[in-house]
Amino acid sequence: MTTLSGVPALLREEGFAGLGVAVDEREARLQLRRQIGRLEAELAGLFGEAFGHTEVPHRVGPLAAVPRVLDLGELEAVRDRLADRVAEARQALVERRRVEDENRELVERMLAAPQDYKWVQVSRQDLGLHGCGHWHSRPRLGPIGMLMGWWRVKISSGCPLAGRLAAVDQD
Amino acid sequence: MGADPASQRIGWVPAPEQGGVAPHITSEFPGLGIAWVEVDAKPGGSPEPVRRRLRDLSDRTYGSQAIRLRERPIPWAYRVFFRQIGLDPDRTRTPVEQLALDRLHNGGFRSNGLPRDALDIAIVETGVALRAFDAEGIQGRLCIRDSAPGEALAGLPGEMAKGTLAIADEVRPLGLLFGATAEGLRVEKGTRRIAIAAIQVNGVPQIAVEEALWMAASTLEAA
Repeated sequence: MTTLSGVPALLREEGFAGLGVAVDEREARLQLRRQIGRLEAELAGLFGEAFGHTEVPHRVGPLAAVPRVLDLGELEAVRDRLADRVAEARQALVERRRVEDENRELVERMLAAPQDYKWVQVSRQDLGLHGCGHWHSRPRLGPIGMLMGWWRVKISSGCPLAGRLAAVDQD
Repeated sequence: MGADPASQRIGWVPAPEQGGVAPHITSEFPGLGIAWVEVDAKPGGSPEPVRRRLRDLSDRTYGSQAIRLRERPIPWAYRVFFRQIGLDPDRTRTPVEQLALDRLHNGGFRSNGLPRDALDIAIVETGVALRAFDAEGIQGRLCIRDSAPGEALAGLPGEMAKGTLAIADEVRPLGLLFGATAEGLRVEKGTRRIAIAAIQVNGVPQIAVEEALWMAASTLEAA
């Protein structure tokens, strides 16, 4: 069976010499370099999109210790590894979005019926939002509300102000 | 119009000189190039205007920009080229990404004296990769080529691996492309004339290369 990894060997000129067929390996290398460029752009976009929300696999190990012209097989290896990372990164983002959607629905349910989600806390980060803050289902009036079943979702007021942090430092 | 020397296009004297690239390397990497300019300057501490410029640059550079840097055309072009020559740009950083990372790590661009500060300013502003050499050690024109069998980089142990991409003059390799510099070509205490070289890769416009060289050279000359 001919596999993808066997293609570079098939494309080597000497392999075709007996058949009288010339293969332009340089053109194949240029094509692979273009593909590497496109995949790198895609991976960079996914990395930037995911940063701060979830970790995406983006590392592709070096093929050489020093800069040099890679052969067809090596370029193909870089291309394949990049393609793998792009696929994994895309999958990680899809998975992250699914979790964020679930958390968003959870917040909606909490707001509708806080008593059903006692003490549950969901942060803005869990929803893929920037900044500080969270939704927290807690009783009104502390223990009294707890006994009476007066639950509500409290939305925190955001990030601490710089002035307050400075005051804490002074203390 | 595109073939006009830089001095005619932008009235800048001395104009940057265009180096060569070995033909078989050009056929593999269209768009690869090297240009350089020489400046009478001594290494040393940076004067206050250069330090102020680094501080201003630090104030204008945010973490989010550093994260999104790889999506911008010129940093992306260098990342792609690194991949194409077998380097991992997340391990061997491109010059502009290394500076952005240092900025995040140190909380600002630190002054490392001249000519490094001049190069750093130009790299951060333009994204173009720059190198500095002791100009008095350069013989003839600069070029990018692969190493010849048995060739070594002065001051480094062993021979260079076959096909290693290097910056060279007409006699010997001066340094690895995006790597170590040969002994005697580094800018050191006794250096009196500095060559600033810009490495252009596919996707980096000529105007950005000229701007980077001009910025680095004028910073050095003004100091």
